[in-house]
Parts: sequence; structure tokens; C-alpha cells
Amino acid sequence: MAYFKITDLTKRFGGVLALEGVDMEVEKGQVYAIIGPNGAGKTTLFNCVSRVYSPDEGAILFKDKDLLKLRPHQIARQGIARTFQNIELFTNATVLDNIFLGRYMYKKSSVLSEAFFTPWVKDQELKARRKVEEIIDFLDLQAYRDERISSLSFGIQKIVELGRALALDPELLLLDEPSSGLNPEESQDLCFWIEDIKEDLGITIMLVEHDMRFVMQVSDAITALDFGRVIAQGHPREVQGDPEVIKAYLGEENGATP
Amino acid sequence: MRFKLKKSYVEDLRLFEYRSSLMWYLALLAFLAVFPFFAGTYWVYNFMLAGIYSIVALGLNILTGYTGQISLGHAAFYAIGAYTTGFLTTKLGCTFWLALPLAGMAAALIGLIVGIPALRLTGIYLAIATMGFAFIIDQVILEWKYVTNGTNGLIVDRPTLGPISFNSDQAYYYVILLFVVLFVWITKNFERSPTGRAFIAVRDSEVAAQTMGISLAKVKTTAFAISAFYTGFAGGLFAPLINFIGPDNFSIMESINFIVIIIVGGIGSVHGSIFGAIFMTFLSEIIRLGKDVLPEAMQRMVGFQGAVYGLILMAFILFEPLGLYGRWLKIRFLFEVFPLYRRDTFRKKRKFYRSERSR
Repeated sequence: MAYFKITDLTKRFGGVLALEGVDMEVEKGQVYAIIGPNGAGKTTLFNCVSRVYSPDEGAILFKDKDLLKLRPHQIARQGIARTFQNIELFTNATVLDNIFLGRYMYKKSSVLSEAFFTPWVKDQELKARRKVEEIIDFLDLQAYRDERISSLSFGIQKIVELGRALALDPELLLLDEPSSGLNPEESQDLCFWIEDIKEDLGITIMLVEHDMRFVMQVSDAITALDFGRVIAQGHPREVQGDPEVIKAYLGEENGATP
Repeated sequence: MRFKLKKSYVEDLRLFEYRSSLMWYLALLAFLAVFPFFAGTYWVYNFMLAGIYSIVALGLNILTGYTGQISLGHAAFYAIGAYTTGFLTTKLGCTFWLALPLAGMAAALIGLIVGIPALRLTGIYLAIATMGFAFIIDQVILEWKYVTNGTNGLIVDRPTLGPISFNSDQAYYYVILLFVVLFVWITKNFERSPTGRAFIAVRDSEVAAQTMGISLAKVKTTAFAISAFYTGFAGGLFAPLINFIGPDNFSIMESINFIVIIIVGGIGSVHGSIFGAIFMTFLSEIIRLGKDVLPEAMQRMVGFQGAVYGLILMAFILFEPLGLYGRWLKIRFLFEVFPLYRRDTFRKKRKFYRSERSR
């Protein structure tokens, strides 16, 4: 059985078909990219996986478990973390608190014990803190620990969001346009981090991306979407050369190549 | 500017970052402890009232400031707490010290029940729903005469503990002071615990909170229950303070008063709750005294107090959205960096970028 499998996924918004019979299989340990022009349904696909949206038809199986039967907050407990295209950090909290929130689902303390901050709660917090610090070290965020999110630049915010997702200790990480808004240098750093996340942490990654150079560099397999349909699937080189993909990106006439 | 070299993670969990701030708070506590010995009854009474309002403000701040759920119905929780204490002590002969936590719990239970339908509502709709709830409780107080004595009200005595009587204002002051300190401590504990962080997460981005494995339903109802507990507890302290409780004490004006307290003091901060409570307690005194110098016609105007509240609320929202606490932070910062302070330091940054939130 496949590690992560989407079958025949369809999502309609009124009369618009955002996703139409999408099939896809991700193997453990892969970096899997989803590409496509604007409005192709890439983010909608992610939103279906993280249960922000409910698809109209189809199934999403993660380790043979049907994700569509779960509520949005239960997805994280299955080992799936995600980031957002338009950063969704907790703007009025510090970097530290944001990453700490990634450890929320591991808490065992009750509200009552937290009210009195018992030594046990303190111990739990210190353990969580060590984990948070590991992530801060991994992503080089030491300088921003106590900064409020609202005072950080866009590039740093993106990295904090990645850190927050990693704090969940996920098995599968969904990155929605991780390199958008980053400068070339930051984008290159991200490439290395994605490799490290894959190799050292053993996390399977799915990402939505526009930057083809970035995609070619990091991904093991690609699905190309256009108007909610899968138009090509497979190895990055094959997908890049696929006439359907070129048509979707560049238009039909003359068959111009990039 | 002060810099502190932190050597272990425990230091971030301390309540007082600097030894000097601990000293200042201890000095404040010492001052408050000796206060009744030299101050007149008038001041002691107003300080007690400010203390009770502080507890309410802390509770309301947990719901509105931290979790971002507005409530215009907190006078109802306040009333539930006050009447529970009143009913248990006068009609069932229960001791005040047991009735007080029960008052908090009764309010928390009702808060939980109110919190569940409130899950589907946000913003102004939630404000209206909670206000509706307050009107319902208002009617219950009028009609459920067995418990509340209707419009006749309940006479509630000050408590005793063994041989000690808290009958005098000076003695009861210490009871209130103790609980204010306790609730401040509990609120600070929530601030540094996962639950407190979850409150802030729900306020800032619901969709991201869910991807962190936070159940919105659970966190919001928890916030409602905790907030109601604080408010009910404060109500339980309030009843013996004024000795007599009737439906007039818990009108919609009181709910608005609570909201004004946290906005004037500072949304989402412990200091702000207390600043706001002190400010509003003494403001109503100033309004009362100020009426004497006003022309005859204005003295007899009915909505004068409400109008002043409204003006102050508008002024704060326009000029100091962070409230008195925000102003306090700015003044402190001015002294810390004295010759280098610039006005622009606190100027609001332009938002070039706004995220689209799918709630």
C-alpha cells in the first residue's frame, strides 16, 4: 500500500471545478512537488489534505488511514504538518512562542495543573523548550528568538513558519510555496534545509512551487496540475519536457520552447 | 537599556525577569498590606472595589484579550457568582469560604454552556449573543424569587473565619487583596503554559491553530469557562462587600464597564487589567464628585456617566489602542534609553502585507 495516496479527488466551488479527479501517490522519504499555473488547484489540494476544505469526492489515505474522516485539528496528530502560502503565524507572539505552539499537541498537563504551574508542568515546559531550541539551531533562528513576528521580515517569517511545522515532529510536511517572497540567497538556503529535512530528519515532503529551478533542484517526483486536472506526473525531467506542461505554462500557438 | 545574560531555560520561566522588578513588586505588596492602617474607610472601600474589578478584568482579558472572543455578558457571570454566594450563605447556611469557590464553579459551568453555541459566532455577533445571555440572566434574577428574592434583593454578611471576623472594611480588604494576588499569579501561569499560548494562537489565526492540533472548540470553551470562573469568583467577593445585592447591580452598564476597563487598561495584559480597574473605579468617583461643580441642569442628567465612559473609550481606541499599559511601556522605555528615544519608535508600521484568513 502506498504511503500517501490521493484518489479521484474532486472539489467544487459553486460552478468552478477546483480539482477534478486528481490521483497521486507519494512514497515515504520523497520530496514531491506539485506545480501548475495560477488557479490550477495546488493550494486547494493542500487545503483538502489539511481538512481546511472538505472535498466533494475522492479519498485521501495516509498510511492507510482515511484523512477525510478526521477533523482539522486531528490531522496534526497523524503526523502531518503544513505551512501556508500567505504566512499564517501568530503575529502578536514571539518566535519562541510560535515554535512552542508546535509542541502543543504533545502536552499532557491539564488546565488545572497549568493554573498553578506545578513542578511537573515546569518540567514539561523545559523539555519542550529543548526541542524548540533544537529547531532554532537547525534553522539558524537564534537571533530572533524573542522578537515579535510582526517586527520580522517576510523571509524570516517564512522560516519561522517552517520551524513551527517542524516542531510538530511530523512524518509528512506540506510546504505551500516555500520559496515565494524569498531572495535568491534565502531560497538557496531553503534548498539545503529541505535536503536536510529529508535526509537527516527522514521527513517526507510535499511542496507546491512556482519556481521551476527550485523544483528541479529539490524534488524526486512531480505532479503538474492545470484547471484542477493532472496533466503530467512522474520524474522531474519527464514532466519538464512534457508538451502538455509547456502548453499550460506558455500557451498553445507556435509550440515555442523555453 | 538593561541586558540580561541568561544561562538556563528555567530563567525564561521565571515570573520576574529581573531581581529589581521582584523588589518593586514586593514593595508594592508591602504598601498595599499597610495601606488600611493609615488610609480612611473611603479609600479602603474603593481599593476593594478596584481589586474586585481587577479579578473580573483578568478574567475578561483571558476571553477577550488573549482568546479574541468578545463578551458583553460578563455582568451575568458576575451576578451568578454574587447570587450563588448570597444564596448559599444566607439561605442554606453554607460557609462563605466554600460558597466562594462554588460561585466561581457555578459561573464556569454556565460559561461552558454559553461557550458551546458561541463557537459558531465571532465578532459583533458574539457580542450580541452574549448580551442576549445577560438579559436572560437578568430576567431569571427577577423571577426566580426563591433564590434571589427578586427586586427585594439579598442581604449578604461579611464572612468570619473561626474567631476572626472580616466585618470591618479594613479586615475584608485583606481577603480581597489575597485573592487579587492569587488570580494575578494564576493568570501569569496561564501566560507561560501551553493553554495560554493556545488562547493567543486561536486569537491570531484560527486556521493555523488547527494545523497545530489545537481544537478550536476545546480552547474556546475552556477560555469561556475560565473567564466565567474569575468573574463569578469576583461576584462572590462583591456580594459581602456591598452587603446588599439586587438586580440593579448587574445591568448591561456593568458589562460595558468591564469592557471599558480592559480596553482602557490594555487588552491582553495583566498589568492592563489592574490599571484599568483602578482607573475606572476612581473615574466613577471623580464623575460623582465632579458633578457638584457642574451646572444644575447637567447634574440631573441621567446618562452622564455613560457619556463620559463612551468618550474615554473612543479616545483610547483612537489614540492609545494598547491602553494605559501601552502608555506605561512607552514611558518606561523613554527612561531606559533616555537621550536616544524617538517618537517613531512606537509608530505603527505600515502593513504592506495582509494575510487572507479563512476562518
